[in-house]
Amino acid sequence: MASAAKKLLMDPFSDNNPVTVQVLGICSALAVTVKVDTAIVMTLALTAVVSLSNLVISLLRNVIPSGIRMIVEMAVIATLVIIADQLLQAFLFDISKQLSVFVGLIITNCIVMGRAEAFALQNPPKDSLLDGIGNGLGYGIVLIAVAAIREVLGFGKLLGFPVLPESYMGNGLALLAPGAFIILGLLIWAQRTVTKMVEE
Amino acid sequence: MKFLFDLMDKHVAPLFEKGGKFEKLYPLFEAGDTFTRTPSDVTPGAPHVRDSIDQKRLMVFVVYALLPCLFLGIWNAGHLFNINNQVEGATFLTDMVRGSTMVLPIVMVSYMVGGFWEVLFAIVRKHEINEGFLVTGMLFPLVLPPTLPLWQVAIGISFGIVIGKEIFGGVGYNILNPALTGRAFLFFAYPAQISGDKVWVGTAKTAMDNTFFGTVAENIDGVTMATPLAVAAAAEKGTDAIAALGDAGFSLWNMTMGNIPGCIGSTSVIAIVLGMVFLLITGIASWRVMASGIIGCIAMGALFNALPLDNAFASLPFVYHLVMGGFLFGIVFMATDPVSCSATHTGKWIYGFMIGALTVLIRVANPAYPEGAMLAILFMNVMAPLIDHFVVQAHIKKRNSYARALNNA
Repeated sequence: MASAAKKLLMDPFSDNNPVTVQVLGICSALAVTVKVDTAIVMTLALTAVVSLSNLVISLLRNVIPSGIRMIVEMAVIATLVIIADQLLQAFLFDISKQLSVFVGLIITNCIVMGRAEAFALQNPPKDSLLDGIGNGLGYGIVLIAVAAIREVLGFGKLLGFPVLPESYMGNGLALLAPGAFIILGLLIWAQRTVTKMVEE
Repeated sequence: MKFLFDLMDKHVAPLFEKGGKFEKLYPLFEAGDTFTRTPSDVTPGAPHVRDSIDQKRLMVFVVYALLPCLFLGIWNAGHLFNINNQVEGATFLTDMVRGSTMVLPIVMVSYMVGGFWEVLFAIVRKHEINEGFLVTGMLFPLVLPPTLPLWQVAIGISFGIVIGKEIFGGVGYNILNPALTGRAFLFFAYPAQISGDKVWVGTAKTAMDNTFFGTVAENIDGVTMATPLAVAAAAEKGTDAIAALGDAGFSLWNMTMGNIPGCIGSTSVIAIVLGMVFLLITGIASWRVMASGIIGCIAMGALFNALPLDNAFASLPFVYHLVMGGFLFGIVFMATDPVSCSATHTGKWIYGFMIGALTVLIRVANPAYPEGAMLAILFMNVMAPLIDHFVVQAHIKKRNSYARALNNA
């Protein structure tokens, strides 16, 4: 059991990463990764939503009629997202303003719906919760990596602290969405070189 | 000569071949060997093409075609520098010397840094060093302003070679023109050094008195010179753009000559046309792309002239679009890149026409980008495989219906 649980939790970090391997959740990976702090908050919000939605849907899995399961899943996810959004607005107002619509758009994030459909509907609550946490953090680690590279290249800062000398000239492309695409692509290249994964 | 050849084949070559001491460096040896000596390999089976030219000679011809642009660019960089800094006693020679100190370092950095990546990938990926790099390494500096910091040249060519070409698998597999990819990277990453009014003409940092360079009495700063495109784009609504160009000192004649601010290699229509004639006579670059590109540029320019728009740039006669900015350089040397342009004949017509039309559209309609040639070429590079797909499909459909008609007859 322990190794099975570990696999559920750790798989999404590399071998089955939702962003770099399944290529889901790309939209927000481009939008909220200009700075590391927004990426961290986004990671926490998404991890909370995907793990709790997995848990709730797994608990309900035997009573949801299959014909309307999508609608039920959407209702659960939307409720959780609204709660997350309200919490952010209450306690982290500045960052919530920077994240703007992207917290609300977690509802449409493919990872959340994907895990509910592909995992939570067939598996017991505990496994589903672990799967949700694993996928949320697997998404988050890519998000934070992209954000760290963009913030250092673009501003010469990390989490708002200067890490490069004053004379460093910020790279404007890193702050644009195409820059995020290129960095994400390079990360995928690096990961696949290490894991020797080849797409069929 | 025979002695040298024997030395190469018997003593040097085995070191680099399989099992040799420097097996890993084989691509490097192969490149040097085939560059200096014509390879003795012959095609073992049909089809045979009788031609004394191979890929290395072909690429070198493109570099030859670029030389007029390079020389005029060097002269122009020095000439404008000397005018801008009010250098006393400036002659053609001092212009050339000054221009060389500005332009040649950019060319050298481009070749050295680009060459490093090329060799690194060739060794790691075990493919041959491709001579296409000779062209990329020369094209890239020619589309940069002469005052660009050298570290930016290095980053730009690295991006162009690695992201624009090598990650797709090297020459022959790249979707985009590598030199333009590098320029686009610099354009979006460090816009202050590659666009605007301050980058086209060098400014003396300190006062100087030198036999070679002439005398500058004092440090003159803050002198700006806009490109014709920027002047035309900035012309007020309802005014005459030709008059605005004239006020800034631009006429059709000096834009054709090329002694105006702009990227190193792309200001002079005369130098570009010399290169173009060479490429067309040798049959290296596609005349279809060039012809359709110029037709597209004229068509779009004429359309804007005909439309009743309250935009000074739109009513600028279409001839000006041909001689301003980097369009002609782009359509002659970059759009015709045999890898990233359309492969079919019909496709080439569509591809070139769209580049010409999009260039003018971006120039006139988008105030954020005074020059549209770079974006138009990159955009159509991406579209080229799609164009080819539809051209091939249309052909198959036509042949099928012909075959069906024959069967039914």
